[in-house]
Amino acid sequence: MEANTRGTGRLPAAFLTPGSSSFLDFLAEHKPELIPGHRGLPEGAVVEAPHGTTIVAAVFDGGVVIAGDRRATMGNVIAQRDIEKVFPADEYSAVGIAGTAGLAVEMVRLFQLELEHYEKIEGATLSLEGKANRLTSMIRGNLGMAMQGLAVVPMFAGYDLDLGRGRIFSYDVTGGRSEERGFAATGSGSVFARGSMKKLYRDDLTAEQASTLVVQALYDAADDDSATGGPDLARKIFPIVSLITEDGFRRLTEPEVARIAVSITDQRLSHPNGPQAPLL
Amino acid sequence: MSTPFYVSPQQAMADRAEYARKGIARGRSVVVLTYADGIVFVAENTSRALHKVSEIYDKIAFAAVGRYNEFENLRIGGVRYADLRGYSYDRADVTARGLANVYAQTLGTIFSSVGEKPYEVELIVAEVGRTTEEDQIYRLTPDGSIVDEKNYVVVGGNADSIGNYLGQRHRGGMGLSEAVRLAVDSLARDANGGSPRTLTPEQLEVAVLDRQRFQQRKFKRILGGQLGRLLDGDQSAAADDEEKPAATPPSDE
Repeated sequence: MEANTRGTGRLPAAFLTPGSSSFLDFLAEHKPELIPGHRGLPEGAVVEAPHGTTIVAAVFDGGVVIAGDRRATMGNVIAQRDIEKVFPADEYSAVGIAGTAGLAVEMVRLFQLELEHYEKIEGATLSLEGKANRLTSMIRGNLGMAMQGLAVVPMFAGYDLDLGRGRIFSYDVTGGRSEERGFAATGSGSVFARGSMKKLYRDDLTAEQASTLVVQALYDAADDDSATGGPDLARKIFPIVSLITEDGFRRLTEPEVARIAVSITDQRLSHPNGPQAPLL
Repeated sequence: MSTPFYVSPQQAMADRAEYARKGIARGRSVVVLTYADGIVFVAENTSRALHKVSEIYDKIAFAAVGRYNEFENLRIGGVRYADLRGYSYDRADVTARGLANVYAQTLGTIFSSVGEKPYEVELIVAEVGRTTEEDQIYRLTPDGSIVDEKNYVVVGGNADSIGNYLGQRHRGGMGLSEAVRLAVDSLARDANGGSPRTLTPEQLEVAVLDRQRFQQRKFKRILGGQLGRLLDGDQSAAADDEEKPAATPPSDE
């Protein structure tokens, strides 16, 4: 009775077995080889693959903004100048990824599907907390690869419809999850981005101000971290900035981000270190 | 020891078909019809939680009548099939035709296997295309036959008389409000020629596959007040949350 689903044929028993609403669980049972973390790597081999770098996020009044630079590096080489690292996870959340680009993008695809699958099967969406926990178990599944240098470190941001505010969750390679207050950064440029946001962040920002804040932070990260790319004015490649509010996910259009990036770059011509916070 | 009766294959199949048909005939009907911007699904269903119409994938929806546990099982199988296929290949590689084939094989195998009772379900799998010509509607019967339907289809207890009524009145390019009202009118027909019943929004489950929706997922339920306005003939009702600029995705519900 078992038939493959690639051609036609009866649905295999696993498809019609009542069970979990999770696509990941279904894959684990039916097609474990499709789960990214389940693939083994040759022992001792070091795999060189493009890495993505800095992701920043900040909560503002009425939502949350999440942004990423566009550079992927492989060793000291710039592998890609326009990589995307911030993706919508569903209508009310987004995920940004730092780490091994290939694996991270695959993990995002699976995570998006996981949320959509649950929504279709159950007829209801997961809570924001529930979504954050699903991501935890996916990172944990990748631990074996992370030990061999292929780590994926995502950041998850979303609008919590129950609480009526934006929230940010950050992760470590083992799947350790922590909720961040106000702002957060991950990836190789995160130390510089966090320092920048620490000085500029206030808890009454508007969406517009928060978008400017995260681009400032990315600029500072690119300033000091060679693996993070700044706004590329010549090629018109700008950071990806996404807002999540009660109205759902919205990625800022290229002209919108360009306007912010250009005004920041202009200011840096006269003040290379950017805006200054009061001393006391 | 008594000798087992000989039953001819024809008779055995006819009995099974009769059994399934009777099970389906007990339930209320579901109407699916095309309108200018897509495909609309209207079912008589008082439950808010147990759906007869559901999303399967980006452009594909599912409607069913008969035994709930059986079609729910098939629905979940279909969602798993679509999600797995979309994940292995690409979202564009998930098609209603492929899904309908898998359902047909599944139903057909169950129907003719001696150890299992036939499923008492009738399914509709529909996919909205870029134009009306590309819309696809498939009807699946318990024995695993597929019928490729054009413009409209009715399944369930009173399908024949509803189908007749609908067939005389359905035309291409109807607005959503007009299409929903026609569907509700036909569902309210009495099979025995009595006066039509009155169906309120609370008794109806309505959903659309709307090709104008800018999101990737074209399926949308029409609920509560919005449905009420649609039944009152307000053409703009369903477009309420679709009027926003493309950059601001509205919520799914």
